[in-house]
Parts: sequence; structure tokens; C-alpha cells
Amino acid sequence: MASTDVIVQEVSRRDDSQRFVNDFSLQVATVNGSGSQSANTILLRSIFQMGIPVSGKNLFPSNIAGLPTWYTIRANKHGYIGRKKEIDFLIAMNQETAREDVLSLSPGAAVLYDEPMNLASLRPDLTFYSVPFDKIVATVCPEAKLRKLVKNMIYVGVMAHLLGLDMVQVENALRKQFAKKVKAADLNWGAAQAGFDYAASSLSKKDPCRVERMDKTAGKIIVDGNTAAALGSMFAGVTVVTWYPITPSSSLVETLIDYMKKYRIRPDGKATFAIVQAEDELAAIGMVIGAGWAGARAMTATAGPGISLMAEFAGLGYYVEIPAVIWDIQRVGPSTGLPTRTSQGDVLFTAVLSHGDTKHIMLFPASVEECFSMAQDAFNLAEWFQTPVFVMSDLDLGMNNWMSDPFPYPTQPIDRGKVLSKEDLDRLGGFARYKDVDGDGIGWRTLPGTDHPAAAYFTRGSGHNEKAQYTERPDDYENNMLRLARKFEGARARVPKSVQMGSGRERVGIIAYGTSHWAILESRDQLRNEHGLESDYLRLRAYPFPHEVQDFIENHERVYVVEQNRDAQLFDLLRLDLPVEQVGKLRSIAHCHGLPLDARSVTDELMSLEGN
Amino acid sequence: MATTSSAEPKTNRIGLTVIDYKGGRTTLCAGCGHNAISERIIDAMYEMGVQPERVAKLSGIGCSSKSPAYFMSRSHSFNAVHGRMPSVATGAVLANHNLIALGVSGDGDTASIGIGQFVHLMRRNLPLIYIIEDNGVYGLTKGQFSATADIGSKLKTGVINDLPPIDTCALAIQLGASFVGRSFSGDKRQLLAMLKAAIAHRGTVMLDVISPCVTFNDHEGSTKSYKYMKDHDEPLQEISFIPSFEEIDVDYDPGTTVDVTMHDGSHLRLRKLDVDYDPTNKLRAIATLTEAHHEGETLTGVFYIDPNKPTFMDLLHVTDEPLATLPADAVRPPKAVLDEVMESLR
Ligand SMILES: Cc1ncc(C[n+]2csc(CCOP(=O)(O)OP(=O)(O)O)c2C)c(N)n1
Ligand code: SF4
Ligand SMILES: [Mg+2]
Repeated sequence: MASTDVIVQEVSRRDDSQRFVNDFSLQVATVNGSGSQSANTILLRSIFQMGIPVSGKNLFPSNIAGLPTWYTIRANKHGYIGRKKEIDFLIAMNQETAREDVLSLSPGAAVLYDEPMNLASLRPDLTFYSVPFDKIVATVCPEAKLRKLVKNMIYVGVMAHLLGLDMVQVENALRKQFAKKVKAADLNWGAAQAGFDYAASSLSKKDPCRVERMDKTAGKIIVDGNTAAALGSMFAGVTVVTWYPITPSSSLVETLIDYMKKYRIRPDGKATFAIVQAEDELAAIGMVIGAGWAGARAMTATAGPGISLMAEFAGLGYYVEIPAVIWDIQRVGPSTGLPTRTSQGDVLFTAVLSHGDTKHIMLFPASVEECFSMAQDAFNLAEWFQTPVFVMSDLDLGMNNWMSDPFPYPTQPIDRGKVLSKEDLDRLGGFARYKDVDGDGIGWRTLPGTDHPAAAYFTRGSGHNEKAQYTERPDDYENNMLRLARKFEGARARVPKSVQMGSGRERVGIIAYGTSHWAILESRDQLRNEHGLESDYLRLRAYPFPHEVQDFIENHERVYVVEQNRDAQLFDLLRLDLPVEQVGKLRSIAHCHGLPLDARSVTDELMSLEGN
Repeated sequence: MATTSSAEPKTNRIGLTVIDYKGGRTTLCAGCGHNAISERIIDAMYEMGVQPERVAKLSGIGCSSKSPAYFMSRSHSFNAVHGRMPSVATGAVLANHNLIALGVSGDGDTASIGIGQFVHLMRRNLPLIYIIEDNGVYGLTKGQFSATADIGSKLKTGVINDLPPIDTCALAIQLGASFVGRSFSGDKRQLLAMLKAAIAHRGTVMLDVISPCVTFNDHEGSTKSYKYMKDHDEPLQEISFIPSFEEIDVDYDPGTTVDVTMHDGSHLRLRKLDVDYDPTNKLRAIATLTEAHHEGETLTGVFYIDPNKPTFMDLLHVTDEPLATLPADAVRPPKAVLDEVMESLR
């Protein structure tokens, strides 16, 4: 089973006592820099180790310490791991946001809070659990200055009791988290136990959220998309990486650095890679272009502001035909926007990034597994088509924890594309860099340093003919641009195919891409179970759009294009691409609040557009 | 010029004739300093016996940046975007450090739009020869002032420059380039010797070559004209270069001459002219440049050299083979590695 599928089960809404068993969303409200990340990861892993599908999403500020952050853990027996709109259980640790957090909960939700905040009087329709964190922590942590750090572990213990988590799993998760730091692990384990004991003796369970052991996570991994992308790039044989730090892409390269140092240094101490922190994104992409020209598998990772800076070089890469891989971990724009929130807001701009007629191949990973596999696809496509390839991830995918099947070892060989060697030149006598000898619009190239007097050619961003010579002739320019367009057309058949779900015979179709996928999976079940509406679903994985997209639209009365931006960007790209008679079938569902898309919002909007 | 038909054409130590180093016909203005620099590059590469296929020519945008089309057609070349040649060159060298990277830029390309990348390139001491063909104006956009124009220098239109120039040499020395000098396109001997030494050097060579623009900045009142340079060119030293593959047959007087042993065993000999000058002293170099500037002199010569400074590639510690062409099994770790990583994520 691919990790983008869910465990489809009959959803029963009637039995309320069962409803929140292995199906709830739990939110921890803290301030950033308070060390709550370890506690949250341990909670997440404990649920995971009990075999229950789970996901973790960090909603954090663009700040180093002291501002509110929310971490949401969703456990779901059906395997829905997208964001759930409602919070079922709030752990309120931040005085500053507690009131608003509590007031925004749906009736029936539960709240665990630090005693002095005295939240119970705020609402009569919620379940409250008051815990004297400071008193408990004082009993397990004699050293006052460490208390702040272990305080969060108390709620892990309390929640273990309230949810029915197995403390053996909690301890396993905790020891994994602290790895070799045995003393810290012992101290924190003491705190977790104290929390558990307090809950057992002083709290009585009143809310319905519970866990029960399942077997849906055996063999699975938990990983964020940036780590997956880093791994994919390493196994794709990347040799040159250049970057300029920017959230949410930095961790991609930082993780890659760690892995490369561990696995890509030879026994003689020599690295089979070069990673350079550039002075800005202009330089980062410039280095990638230079390295790609000279034959390296070169990549960079960035986010919106960096993409803006890369525009001129992107056009150069397209026009002089140089492979490059650029990861865009999309965040909310325009401008600095919301640097720590997610979006799919760079899609339209990136598709045509640069002045002049320009088009770029884009890949849309939806899962961590696809971050891994598309890292390899990206290099193979970039080198085959001799062009920049943009991998459009996003903050939700890149920085949050996702459950996945382990990644399969690559079976595709590393395809370096059409490169002529000295021996080829001996045989051929010469070559013309931009001549379409194979009818696919892709010329053959040589690498600098090729030891043959006919190997060299002149790469220029100004007008050039088949032989890469300077030209201002109208026919040369036009022929070259038409060839580039043909080459781009050819990519439709070679980019990752769309993934389709449903019978294929429904009237309503849905098109989505990237992380919107998780909301769609769940929303389709909601549409079926709550409204009796069956739908077919096509998940796009690449631009230019593969041929099956038109067939899909052809076969449906209405097609909803769901995405996470304001201006319906992919919808717009489809409109540019499709025959006019198909355009009228498209409807847009676009969300742009910076939070990962949730199923409920899609279901509601789709039903209202359906006239219900 | 006609030679006797029986005579074998002259060849260099790798058996190539000077023709093998030629480029396309220049499209720059007749008399443009940039053309003379192209000629000297051809001579230097020929005399040093550099395999043209090992050279990668890189440039930005401008008349100067076009010039790589006019020398060494047997070398790969990359005419990139305005002011960004340093990053493209860096990428190319990262991919293949066996290339001899030759960057050609203009004063506009370097000191205005490209100053950021220039600064960081110098800082890295990437193995690369960086030539600024410096005419004090933007030739290709028809003669606006550049940031190397001297204060008080005058455009043809009468506009006077009232901002101080950026001294790219002082900047390069301060930032970490390991071989920095200035020359003049009209001084064949000096430029040729410096270019040959540049080829022998390991690390960033930054040469600011005053290269008059005959069309937009060669008039009375310009400080980058042929006439001005004839009157104000103040060579620091008399430069000679003895490549590693030639016998040293001339002695030198250590009292008057500094002998620098280059990384490859070549010798750069700097015979002092007026002043006692130590080209290995950074502080002194910058002070000398500043003084000359105050005196209104255009100093030329080798200002600074450190033949043994570790280059960026040394710091990166990459494989001896170019990264670009490492075989698949060298760049894709085995399945056991993936298994190990997957296990750690369970
Ligand atoms: C981004 C960008 N801005 C402006 C230009 C226009 N432009 C082309 S060459 C040039 C100046 C070149 O001056 P210099 O580097 O001194 O070269 P020269 O022609 O004097 O040799 C400018 C501004 C451009 N090509 N790209
Ligand atoms: S305009 Fe000036 S810089 Fe450009 S080619 Fe003519 S003389 Fe040279
Ligand atoms: Mg100029």
C-alpha cells in the first residue's frame, strides 16, 4: 500500500462512546523555546507505537523564543492524517493564549491546564482537568533551574493516563527521544511517571478521547518531508548543493549535510559532494546553474522570497538548457508573508518564472515518500530535459511529522541524459549543441573539460542558433523557441503520472495536488458518508500536466480544483492549458489561511457549490 | 604575415600552435582595450602550454563579458547574466575542480550589479582567474559612469563624476584573494607576465586591467583613456615570469628583486622600481593603493600574492576526480545505508 492511501473503513457515527476512540485531535498550546517539542514528539510516538495512525503539526511563530506555538497531534483509526478542523483536547500551557484557545473550542471538548490559570470557569460546556504542574515538578526535580525543562513531561504522563496510553510505549518513545542522554531521560521519565500518578489518583476521566491498541503502524516510519527530500537527494546522487537559509527550507539542507557527512565521505576522508552556503539565493541558483553546466547533479532549496530572487537565473537555465533542481518549500507570501505558515502560493509564478516566454517543469509531492522519490525524479528529469526542475513542497509537508511506509531503495538508474563523451565525438567528428537530432527537441551537450577539440560550445543567454552561435535572426530565434516549446510538450509524457481514485464513472471530479491530498482523501469519505455524493479524484503530480488530465475532465460534468492559495493558481494554469470547452467544467475551491487544508472545509464548500 | 611555406608552424610545449588558441572574430570596436586583453590571454595560454579543453571561460554581461567569444574557441564558455558570473564560476569549479576557470567581467558587471557576488568570490579564494576589463563606464549601454570611475572624471556629455571609485584591488586583497594586481591593456609585457603568473597560481587571481573604451571614455577629462594611462601609469615593479617547465637561467639580485615561488614551482620575479615593496604584506598593499590614489597615480603591478593560501576547494575536501563525473556507485550509497536510516526513523 502506498503511503498516500488510507485505510478505508466503514465510518460509524452513531456509536458516540466509540467515536473518539483512536479518532481525535489533541492540541498543545505553549510558548516557543520552552522545550515542549520533546514532550510532544514523545506523545506522538507513543500513540504511533500503539499501532494507531497519527500525524503531528507544529504551528509555530517566526521567532526564536517566547511567542505562542501550538502543536497538534491527530490520531485517526481510518488513517486520515490531514489537519482536523476541530480540536478535541486542548493542553493549555500558555497563559497568554489560554483564554482564546479555550473559547474557540467546540462544545464537548476537553481542556487540561496548568492550575494557576484557573480556566474551568470560562465555559460550562467543556471538560476541564486542572493539574498543579509546579507542585508535581518540584517533587521530581530538585534542581530548580531544570524544572522549566521537565515541566512539559508532566502532561505526557497525565495524558497517558487520560487517553489510556501504554506507559511502556511512553518510556520507549522517551528513551528514543533522549537517545544517549541517559540522565536527561531518567529525569524526564520521572516527570512523566509523576504526571501519570497524579492523574491516576486525582483526576477522573470525563472526556471521550481514548486510545486502543491497533496494528496500523507496524513497520512504518515517522519523518518530515524535508528529511525525506534530503535522503532522496542523497540517493539520487546529488553532488553540489548550494543554499541560503530560509524557513521552511533550511532543515532540508541542514539534514542533507548531516546525512552526506555520514554516508558520502569516502574512507580516505574525501567528500563526494560539495555543499556551499551562498551569500544569497541569486548566488545559490547561479552556483547550481554553473555546476549543472559543468556536469554535476546540483540542487538548491528555498522558499518564496528566494524563488523571487531566482527569476533571472531560472530563465537563463531554461533558455541555455541547463539541468538544475530547485526545492521550493512553500510558505505564505507575498513578500515575507507568514514565514512559518503553509501554502501552495508559488505555483503560478514558478511555472513561468523569468521574463520572456518561459516554462518550467514542476513536481508536486504530497507525501514524505514522494519527497524521497521525486528528489530522484527531479534530477532525472532535469538532466534528461536539460532544464531547471522545481519541486513544489510546502511547509506542512516539509516541516511536519508524517507517518509513512519505509522508502524503497531506488530501482531507477541514475540517468545523466544526453551527454557526449570524447569517444562519442571521435566517432561523430563534432556536434551542434542545440540541434534537434532526435526529434524530441532535446539537443546533445558536452561537459567542459571533455578532451576533444570539437567538444566546446559557447553557452549564452543571448540569442543563439543550433550551433550555439550568437544570432539575432528572427528565424533562428523563433525556431529555437519553438523547439523549446516542443521539448516542454515532451515532458508531459515523462513527468510523474497523476494518481486517480474512484470508480471513474462519477459525475463529480476533484483535482488536487501536494498536501491538499490529505484533506481530499478524508473529504471524499465525508461527501459519500454524509451526503451520499460519490466523487472521482485525480491527484496531479507534475506540470506540464500529463495527458490523462484532459481525459479526466472530459469524463466528468464538474471538476473541483482544490488548492491552498487565494487566487486559484493551479486552476489558472489548467485554464491556460485546457481546450476552451473543458475550462467551463472547472470550479475552484481555494483556501489561504496559512493552516494546512482540512477536510471539513473542502466538504462544506464543495457541497455549497453543488447547491446543497 | 607570410612565412616561408616550408617552415613548420611554431608550436608550444603541448604541440599546439597559437591558432589553436584563437577565438571568433571580435565584434567590439576597433581599438577597444578589451581586444588587446583577449590577445594577451591567447599569448599567455599558448606560451604556458595550457590545454584549451581544460579551460572554462566565464563572463557576465557587457562588452567585456562578450570578449570570451573572441579567444580560445576550443574552450567551453559561459556568458551568464549581468553581475553573476562569480556564482556560475563557483558552481562550475565545484563540479569540476580540474578546470582552469577564467572569468572575464567589466567594471560595471563587477563593481555595481555584481559587487555582492564579487566580494564573496574573493572571500572564498576559489581557484579562478578573475579579470576586470575596466574602462570606467558601461560600454554596452552606451557610456554611463561605472563605480570604478574616478572622482572628477568627465563623460563625453560633460557630466562629471562626483562619487569616489571602488578600488577593486584593495577590496580583493582585504577580502582574501590570494593574487591581486592591476595592469593596463596597452602594456603588453606587464599584462602578459601577470597573466602567465595567474595561470600558474592556485587560488583566486584578481586582475583589474584598465582597458580604455575608445567609443565612450577615451576623451580629454577621462581618467581611463589611453592618454591618461600613458601619463599616469605608475608600475610598481618590472615583472617577469619563469614557468615551472623552463630552466631558470637568469640570476636575480635579492636586493632589488622579490622572487615568488608559485605553487607549481614557477617563479614570479618582481624587480623593484621606485619603492621598496613587499607583495606578501596585505596591510602594506592596501596602504600603498590608498596612497597612490591620493597622489592621483594609477599604480599597476602585483600588489599582493600568497602562493600557498588554501583554496576553497582545499577547504571542501572533495574527491580528486571531478564531482561532475563520479560514477553512480560513488554517489548513491548502498541499500544497507537506506535500511539503517529507515530503522532510525521507526
Ligand atoms: C539585470 C540587467 N540589468 C541591466 C542590464 C544592461 N546592461 C548590459 S551591459 C551593462 C553594463 C556593462 O558594463 P561593464 O560591465 O563595465 O562592461 P563594458 O561594456 O563596459 O565592457 C548593463 C547595465 C543587463 N544586461 N541586465
Ligand atoms: S563601446 Fe567601448 S567597451 Fe564597448 S566595444 Fe566599444 S570601445 Fe569597447
Ligand atoms: Mg565597463
